[in-house]
Amino acid sequence: MQEFLDLTLGGISAGAVYAALGLALVIIYRATRVVNFAQPALALISTYLAYSVTKATGSYWLGFAVAIVAGTLLGVATERLLIRPLRHRSELSSIIVTLGLLLVLQAIAGMIWSNEPLAFPYAFDFVGRFSANDLFVVLVVLLIAALVLVVFKYTPLGLRMRAAAFAPEVARTLGVRVGLMLTIGWGLAAAVGSLAGLLATPPFLFPNVLDGVFVYALTAAVLGGLDNPLGTIAGGFVLGVGLSYVSGYLGPEMVTIAALAILVVVLIVRPSGLFGRAKVRRV
Amino acid sequence: MTVRTSVPETAVATAKKKRVLPPLLRHVLFALAAFAVVVVLTLVTDEFTNLRIATIGYYLIAVAGLTLLTGLTGQVSLGHGAFMFIGAYTVALLVRRVPAFPLWADLLLASAAGGLAGLLAGAAAARLRGPYLAGATLALAVGLPALTRRFQDFLGGSNGLSFTVHSRPSGIAVPELRWQTWIVWLSVLIALVLVVNVVRGRLGRDFRAVRDDEVAASLSGIAVGRTKILAFLISAVCGGLAGGLQAFLLGTAAPGSFTPALSLSLLAAVVLGGLGSLWGALWGAVALVYFQAWSEDLADVLHLNTDVANNLPLAVYGVILIVVVLAFPRGIQGGFQRLRGLLRRPAEKKENNEKH
Repeated sequence: MQEFLDLTLGGISAGAVYAALGLALVIIYRATRVVNFAQPALALISTYLAYSVTKATGSYWLGFAVAIVAGTLLGVATERLLIRPLRHRSELSSIIVTLGLLLVLQAIAGMIWSNEPLAFPYAFDFVGRFSANDLFVVLVVLLIAALVLVVFKYTPLGLRMRAAAFAPEVARTLGVRVGLMLTIGWGLAAAVGSLAGLLATPPFLFPNVLDGVFVYALTAAVLGGLDNPLGTIAGGFVLGVGLSYVSGYLGPEMVTIAALAILVVVLIVRPSGLFGRAKVRRV
Repeated sequence: MTVRTSVPETAVATAKKKRVLPPLLRHVLFALAAFAVVVVLTLVTDEFTNLRIATIGYYLIAVAGLTLLTGLTGQVSLGHGAFMFIGAYTVALLVRRVPAFPLWADLLLASAAGGLAGLLAGAAAARLRGPYLAGATLALAVGLPALTRRFQDFLGGSNGLSFTVHSRPSGIAVPELRWQTWIVWLSVLIALVLVVNVVRGRLGRDFRAVRDDEVAASLSGIAVGRTKILAFLISAVCGGLAGGLQAFLLGTAAPGSFTPALSLSLLAAVVLGGLGSLWGALWGAVALVYFQAWSEDLADVLHLNTDVANNLPLAVYGVILIVVVLAFPRGIQGGFQRLRGLLRRPAEKKENNEKH
């Protein structure tokens, strides 16, 4: 029972991170119908910048802020330079380009900061069951998720962003700057992704540190239906707890395979995700 | 179901004039010629180059399999390294546990094991599209090598399994590595003949129909789901064979060789060579081996530190993926085709003028 409780609480804090990174994927998918496979690499570069700033200044929070800003800029640059030229091309093109960016950025991180693991600090005390740091992770993610949902649903900016995503032609005739909205979407998503990176990385930072987290975040996003932010956040927490049980009872090496199994089973039973609405595919 | 396109009779006549030999025979003859070229190449080059030629061989079949899946059927797989992983460990386990098996049986079983995994992946994949499929196959590439740590005793943990194969008959006096290179290329060419035959045949037409428009394909009587699963199966058999050959060549199977980066570099090779062209797979495989080699040489020449040198190949693959998609979507083979078109056009014009 004791172990079960520990695993559940650990799973909640891990799930919060999957939810955040999944949310980053969903924001981009809603805006541009692209799954951003470079998301872990954007977050990785921001986290390395946070490491360098923290090391130079001694302040964790200064590094934190730098990472979020850098992440936003990276997201904006990616959309403008790589994604926009592909907007009339096939789905495969954008998948391949974001994968290329993933490889390049991971390689650059390895070149600058080496492939060896570096010690990366937690935000707060992390000792014990549901530590201060775990609480911080869960609260921050819930806060950010709520903020994103409110922005999308209740602000003029959010309305414009949704309009630009779902009916770009109509939105344009009504005076929405569609291109700008897509860029803002990418910046926002990359900021959320960088936050997830900062929370997921400790205790050690190395170029492939976020690969696993990214797979779980993608799973969470697919569970949620890929264009449903609320579903993705729920999916992240469910997956976090579920994988925590797998890790505790079957061994940590089984976690990725378990995530794959969950993904496949869910998609076979409900092809548009647990919380997604079935869509009619147009011919 | 039987007749899908009506071909004008004149076109049939010219096609008949051009193709005197049946396609299978042509492909076999071509493969024999290619094998002869490889044998000559290995005889005139040193051991080091032999190893590179052999490496190109097993990458070629892996990239060709992925070309069939991604280029011809339009399904993305970011997990082809996982099928190579399965093939490599099948060979390693068979050599260690069942030494009585001949090598060809090991390689066949490695292909079969890859195919079985591909069948399972394909069954799931038939229901997934684009980004969902990419995500699921990426999870396969990330998750599968971790199993070696779960089953330490059986799969040898992160050190993997080492073994020695004595494949060379004692009567043949060639260096071991050269013999191995011949075995690799012989297996690859046999597999390629089969793949080319599939691609040129009716199934290949079904693949392209599914890629271009699933709805139209199913309206023309193609079972879309089954076609996708078949593409995955064939592709994974190629991956399994590639992994098995790699293990045979290197005498080891270790999880470190089958990172997600391997799967992504295979995709880079497909994209660079030219999506949808099996010739492109050859250019892609050559590029994969020589970019690795050149970036090592470059690092030596420029005295780059090890951090930069180790990451250079990945950076190069990444840049290739981006630049090719943005600027040269049809890859190297597309470039060749355009070149051939330019060379042929004046000749055709002349012919037309004579007719009129």
